[in-house]
Amino acid sequence: MANLSTNIGALQLKNPVMTASGTFGYGLEFEDVVDLTAIGGIIVKGTTFQPRQGNDYPRMAETPSGMLNCVGLQNKGVQYFCEEIYPKIRNIDTEMIVNVSGSSPEDYARCAACINELEDIHAIELNISCPNVHDGGMAFGVTVEGASSVVRAVRQAYDKTLIVKLSPNVTDIVSIAKAVEAEGADSVSLINTLMGTSIDIEKRKRMLSIGTGGLSGPCVKPVALRMVYQVSRAVNIPVIGLGGISSATDAIEFIMAGASAIEIGTANFLDPAISVKVAQGINEWLDAHNVASVKDIIGVAE
Amino acid sequence: MALKKHIVDLQVVSREELGDRFVLLKCTDANAPLPPMMPGQFAQLRVDGSKETFLRRPISINFVDLKSNQVWFLIQLVGAGSRALGRLQAGDLLNALLPLGNGFSMPVSADTKVLLVGGGVGTAPLLYMGAQMKLMGMKPTFLLGARTADMLLQLEEFQKVGDVYVTTEDGSAGEKGFVTQHSILFKEHFDRISVCGPSPMMKAVAKYARANSIPCEVSLENMMACGLGACLCCVEKTTKGNVCVCTEGPVFDINELTWE
Repeated sequence: MANLSTNIGALQLKNPVMTASGTFGYGLEFEDVVDLTAIGGIIVKGTTFQPRQGNDYPRMAETPSGMLNCVGLQNKGVQYFCEEIYPKIRNIDTEMIVNVSGSSPEDYARCAACINELEDIHAIELNISCPNVHDGGMAFGVTVEGASSVVRAVRQAYDKTLIVKLSPNVTDIVSIAKAVEAEGADSVSLINTLMGTSIDIEKRKRMLSIGTGGLSGPCVKPVALRMVYQVSRAVNIPVIGLGGISSATDAIEFIMAGASAIEIGTANFLDPAISVKVAQGINEWLDAHNVASVKDIIGVAE
Repeated sequence: MALKKHIVDLQVVSREELGDRFVLLKCTDANAPLPPMMPGQFAQLRVDGSKETFLRRPISINFVDLKSNQVWFLIQLVGAGSRALGRLQAGDLLNALLPLGNGFSMPVSADTKVLLVGGGVGTAPLLYMGAQMKLMGMKPTFLLGARTADMLLQLEEFQKVGDVYVTTEDGSAGEKGFVTQHSILFKEHFDRISVCGPSPMMKAVAKYARANSIPCEVSLENMMACGLGACLCCVEKTTKGNVCVCTEGPVFDINELTWE
């Protein structure tokens, strides 16, 4: 058995496999079919200061090797999370991480400040890259100034591990990563979804209610892997890799590209137990190659 | 109260073509008894070997036979995913996540007269519901609609379970017209109605039920990705806001919906 533990700043994960926000609910939805404690971390669905209804239906369109979604951050707000959800998940023996979103730097900071009070939540992931909301989300993540302003505000309100989730819908993701590092982020996770669209040719109409959505699934993996490689070589904080990971091989590719941990997203929809299988697969690969610790292969790809 | 969900590799026992647009797959778990499932619940079936599709397909539970350890799925061949499922042959494995969703409310008293209204492939979950009612000593009444006689599915199965009334749009079987025009609705009184079918049909039945103050449940089939309440793609607008059809539904009391 290889040592699978890995670190994201002060946060120690029992293994490098986490589940991505918006694809695994609060974990509880999956507990019948997967051992939650065998997952390295669970990043719960996007939470905002105020409740949000999200976008209208239809919110998804299937693509070859992936899907588009335009959910638009539907959630019941941070107060509901703290009062109703947190008591149910705080004792699950894995790292529960809250994905935080907002419509202004102050709005993000207010939400983060509420989560900061929760003893058993040791990290947040800041979503500055949601492509499906008009106010905020990706609007912040696509410029150095926007990304910096949100991280600066949240850093003052949140003193535990701060992960910033980056958008791939930019010209130069490295400059954004460096900017959020300079504002005190402890880690960056990438990539969020790639903006795309899909057309129903019989109706002569775009399929999603707001016209566009975020593309995820195996089809985005090469793009994500390239970005993880670039960013991990440009920053000094740990990088979390995600984008189309569906197997242990995919996960090891991201780790070798420079990721200290990985997230599994859309693949949870095909196999709700995939995260644990990926963690086991990483262990088997390390054992088969006589590698003592997963940390020994972080960023080894030339 | 929620039934435990399972991921199982089912084995196809038989494949039956019902006309040229529907396939009935009877499946078993070769290794263990099937988990308990309720009428109106569904399964997320993995589609293997289809390049065009990616996600699982939500398919309602058509029938469960404990004696033979079988679960049946009635597949309408619509797109690449359903066509791939429809190509499965006896002996093939079918990976299923089940049972999902809430299911229909079952009547508590044998005196309750329940009308089960189905349209097209939407008749599928009503067979299991009717069969469960029969087991409980009740006699369900089915009102089944289709465009043409050859699109009426599993009629002999329904007739084993309860009274069956039929409408077709072209009059090739039963009464001509829509289910809401069938004479049985004017002759008999029902205490509750459970509906599954195309959206316009369900809306018409809901309107009839409301006008006659009859409690009514409908089963929705919004497009979904996960089936577990995580992706939030399959939402329906309700009196409580947007809710997931896969977990809060697929069955809703019509008073919870924002239908006109």
